[in-house]
Amino acid sequence: MSAKRPYRYRGPREDAPLLRLILSALAIGFIGLFLVLPVVLVFAEALNSGLAFALDAIDEPDARSAIRLSLIAAAITLPLNIVFGVAASWAIAKFDFPGKSFLTTLIDLPYAISPVVAGMIYLLVFGLQGWFGEYLRDADVQIVFALPGIVLATLFVSFPFVARELIPLMQDQGRTEEEAAISLGASGFQTFLRVTLPNIKWGLMYGVLLCNARAMGEFGAVSVVSGHIRGLTNTMPLHVEVLYNDYQSVGAFAVASLLALLALVTLALKALLEWRYADEIAAAHRH
Amino acid sequence: MSAQATVLHPFKRNSVLPGFGLSLGIALFYLSFVVLIPLIALLIRPWEIGFAGFWHLLTDARVLASLKLSFGAALIGAGINAVFGLIVAWVLTRYAFPGKRLLDALVDLPFALPTAVAGIALSALYAPQGWLGKPLAELGLKVSYTPLGVVVALTFIGLPFVVRTLQPVLADLSQEAEEAAATLGASRLQTMARVIFPALTPALITGATLAFARAVGEYGSVIFIAGNLPAVSEIAPLLIVIKLEQYDYAGAAAIGVVMLAASFAIVLALNLLQNWAAKRQ
Amino acid sequence: MNRFALSLFLAAVLAGAAEADSVKLLNVSYDPTRELYRAIDAAFAKDWKAKTGQDVTINQSHGGSGKQARSVIDGLDADVVTLALAYDIDAIAQHAKLLPGNWIKRLPNNSAPYTSTYVFLVRKGNPWKIKDWGDLVKPGVQVITPNPKTSGGARWAYLAAWAYAMHLPGGNAAKAKAFVAELFKHVPVLDTGARGSTLTFVQRGIGDVQLTWENEAHLALKEFGSDKFEIVYPPTSILAEPSVALVDRNVDRHGTRKVAEAYLRFLYSPLGQEIEANNYYRPRDPQLLAAHAKEFPKIGKLYTVDADFGGWQKANAAHFADGGIFDQVYKPGR
Repeated sequence: MSAKRPYRYRGPREDAPLLRLILSALAIGFIGLFLVLPVVLVFAEALNSGLAFALDAIDEPDARSAIRLSLIAAAITLPLNIVFGVAASWAIAKFDFPGKSFLTTLIDLPYAISPVVAGMIYLLVFGLQGWFGEYLRDADVQIVFALPGIVLATLFVSFPFVARELIPLMQDQGRTEEEAAISLGASGFQTFLRVTLPNIKWGLMYGVLLCNARAMGEFGAVSVVSGHIRGLTNTMPLHVEVLYNDYQSVGAFAVASLLALLALVTLALKALLEWRYADEIAAAHRH
Repeated sequence: MSAQATVLHPFKRNSVLPGFGLSLGIALFYLSFVVLIPLIALLIRPWEIGFAGFWHLLTDARVLASLKLSFGAALIGAGINAVFGLIVAWVLTRYAFPGKRLLDALVDLPFALPTAVAGIALSALYAPQGWLGKPLAELGLKVSYTPLGVVVALTFIGLPFVVRTLQPVLADLSQEAEEAAATLGASRLQTMARVIFPALTPALITGATLAFARAVGEYGSVIFIAGNLPAVSEIAPLLIVIKLEQYDYAGAAAIGVVMLAASFAIVLALNLLQNWAAKRQ
Repeated sequence: MNRFALSLFLAAVLAGAAEADSVKLLNVSYDPTRELYRAIDAAFAKDWKAKTGQDVTINQSHGGSGKQARSVIDGLDADVVTLALAYDIDAIAQHAKLLPGNWIKRLPNNSAPYTSTYVFLVRKGNPWKIKDWGDLVKPGVQVITPNPKTSGGARWAYLAAWAYAMHLPGGNAAKAKAFVAELFKHVPVLDTGARGSTLTFVQRGIGDVQLTWENEAHLALKEFGSDKFEIVYPPTSILAEPSVALVDRNVDRHGTRKVAEAYLRFLYSPLGQEIEANNYYRPRDPQLLAAHAKEFPKIGKLYTVDADFGGWQKANAAHFADGGIFDQVYKPGR
């Protein structure tokens, strides 16, 4: 704006240069010191003994199995959360029904619930001393301390992301386009596929991106239901903790840097989506 | 579902769109399976020791201290984030400078970074021999393994909530009001205090509340840096884990219920806040 | 919805599947045994393959002993448990009835293939001149030990301190109680497991002395260099007998009883004992113990839980149960 002016004139909405400088320095300093430095440290510690050492720590059976488990958990969680997110936002955004605000509150709840509580509730239901424990044991179905428990805990902490992204977006778009399609004789499924989905696809991608980040990185909830069996039920974040406790600091930071890398990729994709498709996802700028 | 069925449906009003039953059904099934039933299991559990037992547990010095720490440190963290989040959001929406897009993207780092990674990184950073811990120690300030460490971790995870809530509001702020104030002779500072800040207040409170909600229950990033001294730097979620480890299911569930109630209250408060903010606009 | 149920089912099947020509065991163990069982598992797998031609994979889970027992009670599918103390295995027998109450008699030496004891790990040069339990309560000394409520090791440490105070001239229960109360006033960090405690002391540099397993102290020297720390053997300590047991209901469900039994027996075999000694656990074999006399110096008097505390059930009820002596003396944050 003002940069192009030939002379310096301060508009009514502009701050004094000194104030600008101070505020910018504070903002950059705060983000640099509080947010960026820890990530830099992760990579620095991982590379402490050289790249080869760090790669060895990642290419090791327990680490590989942790990576595989995290990917499997995310691969099961994401489709389920997409189905739920789309269904919930379709119901909430396109229809009026009693109890709608209660439903919305329930969807928000995992944001506010401690991950530890999220893990514990499954222990209380499916643990051997829980509601269905004995029954499950007799049926030889293992839920907690096995993949299903890890998936459930991951589902819990990550399910709001897709729905939360789509609800305001669908509400903004209203239902006229879909109604037009229906009146022209399209089936409900066709309408969803041809009309709704193209409208929400970037918002959906955005939600999935956030959901994935949370699913891959969840620690507290998964830690309660994992049982910490090496090579079997340790996800990547849990493996970081195990290595850290094993005095294998470099290994811990090597696996951690893999997760940090994932976080950076997530941020880059997120920024790209926000920049490229700002209009399509702008409705829901809050997480 | 056919159009006739739609008419008969008691809930659905003024919409010809199909799929209400299916979509609501999926949502409700999913919510009850993943959220409601397990939460009910949690709500029922503490009462096996009776109300007196429940009360006795919660008023235990160590439990009280951990709750105080979790809520207190979360409140301080939210306060710090309110101040710096406002500054960051202001800088990001009002100023133009090279690298702004990068800075904007970095704000979400705490959100994308797994908490355990943040935990070991912060712990190493602020440890007595760490990059920041060493200079701070020379100033006589101990961060790692003290309540201060808890505050640092909770500040770390909360920042994006404040910034992301404020940014759209700041961007939408009416230009006319600001300009009018300036024309009427208000100084920049007066305009900020009288015009801009009041308009931002609802969003600021919402953002800080979100940061607070996230921080109260936070576990992964805290346990590595806190040192976990009972009644000093032991957070409530950790005490839940410890109670579970001691076969004390009722005790763990009791603290869980308190934290759950707090979560409900916060979500409710947020909804009220949003209604209030919507009315003010 | 169906898809959801199906994937849950598939997940359950995948997680529980075991191939026929190979067998899997889950050993749920306590904190400091990570390195020990890494070595034992490899040796046993080789031994079992040679004897039966079958491949065996042993999965490990580690954590504070009490926490691990709780996980097994909650359904962690352990074939064998190798925990820090008999009481935690008793808890599994009592709460979840996964093995018979007399499990401790099923294997030799109280079902403890190796023993250990509790020693002091101090910083190089022993600046506080800590030689005996009494030195721990010198003004200003900070003691690192895990929480006796969750850590088996910490219970041994607590009992060793108690026994020391009881056997002082004129010692009695009241004085012993006062001593442990004073001792825990010197504890700034109460981790849930022995390993967390070591990290606090060694990596975070908190505290002046760590009460720790003999093996954990040796490991710390090995990992972090004997130029930073040294081990102090107090004149008296406790004979720690970490117990091992078969989890009957789980092995019968898995059909792994034979290999699980062989695994536990292997811990008593010459090779198993050798590996244990190399990992700083005191082997039961007296000749082997003598051969490692350098790492395992004789301690003047080792108290035992059976002789000095009337067994674990009694010790636990008196000291560690809710409202027990530990609860009475431990006032956090003061």
